[in-house]
Amino acid sequence: MKKLGKIYMSLVLFFLYIPIFVLIVFSFNETKSRSVFSGFTLDWYVRLFNNKIIISSLVNTIIIACLASIISTVLGTLAAIGINNMKKIPKAVVMNVTNMPIINPEIVTGVSLMLLFVFFAARMNLEFGFATLLIAHITFDVPYVILNVMPKFNQMNPHIYEAAQDLGCSPFKAFRKVVLPEIMPGVVSGFLMSFTYSLDDFVISYFTSGSTSQTLPITIYSMTRRKVSPEINALSTLIFIAVVIVLIVKNVIENRSQKRREA
Amino acid sequence: MKLKYFSAPYLVWMIVFILVPLLMIAYFAFTNDDGGFTVKYISDVGQYANIFVRSIWLSLIATAICLVIAYPVAFILSRMEKHKQGTMLMIVMLPMWMNFLLRTYAWMTLLGNNGIINYILGLVGLGPYKLINTSAAVVLGMVYNYLPFMILPLYSVMEKIDKSMFEAADDLGCSSVQTLFRVIVPLSMPGITSGITMVFVPAISTFIISRMLGGGSNLLIGDLIEMQFLGNAYNPHLGAAISFVLMVIILVIMTVMNQFDPDEQVLM
Repeated sequence: MKKLGKIYMSLVLFFLYIPIFVLIVFSFNETKSRSVFSGFTLDWYVRLFNNKIIISSLVNTIIIACLASIISTVLGTLAAIGINNMKKIPKAVVMNVTNMPIINPEIVTGVSLMLLFVFFAARMNLEFGFATLLIAHITFDVPYVILNVMPKFNQMNPHIYEAAQDLGCSPFKAFRKVVLPEIMPGVVSGFLMSFTYSLDDFVISYFTSGSTSQTLPITIYSMTRRKVSPEINALSTLIFIAVVIVLIVKNVIENRSQKRREA
Repeated sequence: MKLKYFSAPYLVWMIVFILVPLLMIAYFAFTNDDGGFTVKYISDVGQYANIFVRSIWLSLIATAICLVIAYPVAFILSRMEKHKQGTMLMIVMLPMWMNFLLRTYAWMTLLGNNGIINYILGLVGLGPYKLINTSAAVVLGMVYNYLPFMILPLYSVMEKIDKSMFEAADDLGCSSVQTLFRVIVPLSMPGITSGITMVFVPAISTFIISRMLGGGSNLLIGDLIEMQFLGNAYNPHLGAAISFVLMVIILVIMTVMNQFDPDEQVLM
């Protein structure tokens, strides 16, 4: 039974990894062939780094992901504090609306924002580009911050905020010294989650970006629409390596903090 | 200052950028260019019934395959030694961290007419087969992309099932099949329902997978919506009407799913 399980897991892992490994292998292929490996080259990597469109969209993606996740973290944390202090019914209404971008298909969120921006574009001096993209990213990021922070309030003793004030803290100081440390793990995971969602998002960006401001996933999409280009393979390899490094670092940090807690 | 006012900036944001856009979809779906009320576009959606049927059908198949593949994976994962579970889970989830366009592109490379699968088959004298631009390729793309969304919720409920449950079932005379259907499946029901929603919703609304792996002949609802907004057939009213119907379909399916969930709540 154990052996059967191992074989099964290996098959699933094979299915999950084989496409990625094929991409990686062919990123070093001399010719554009997708089936025959004819010789080793690093040409596609050189071309990738000389491709201005890719580099500028990468920079754009990082700027948008940073801005969107920072703004959403502030907006979402403040929102969570407020929502937590609401009465039952308003709280339920706000949480239901907050859940909508998460439950709705991405294409519906993308299209709904596009309709709004088209409406504004026709009446005000608004063009599709950096601003619309940033607004869209903040909009789908904030719910994740709220959903990460809210549970921390339920775990927190509600009286410590008042206790701090009774002991002479100003409301602001009480918040900074008492409430913030309690909810910090939720704030951090909300920030990281919205940052990764922003980096990775294609569908919503696709409907809200216009032609002036592109993100990396949009550039990748237009590359896959055109002829075969092994530059995509090279890019995939680099992204894969980056992901592996980030996950290993994350794992090491988590293991270390877990050990510290156990000690 | 009352703490509840902290949420004021977000409430404004939520109304302007979540609520109003969704209401605009409903508004566009039921009005024409002059702003007058019409059900023309909603009834026009009926012309695309075949695309709706195909989308629902293909994403149901993909969801079922994901469930069948993911269930044993989640179970095996949850029964591993604790210190191995974290690492193994990371290995299973790692491909999901790659951008899904690249993951789908990888299958384009594999399935293409000059791709590696046909090449290997050619070496043993088979093929070439038409693998890409088929509905099977679309289903494969959905399964590949969304499998981790099924594994994760299943694993998180199974991990909490105590080992003594199986021993008790065994002691009380259950065969392993009976244990599966009378103990494991009922206990993992919340994971099953949320896994199904997490696979079905993106699968039914995708337009990338169908475009990259399905060619032009396997249009899905997502393609239809995209064409009304960014394609040559620019028609936001029809696009909004289709999106509206899609939302209703998903709402109905999620309500049905909730009936199976003991907590009556879909875990996200």
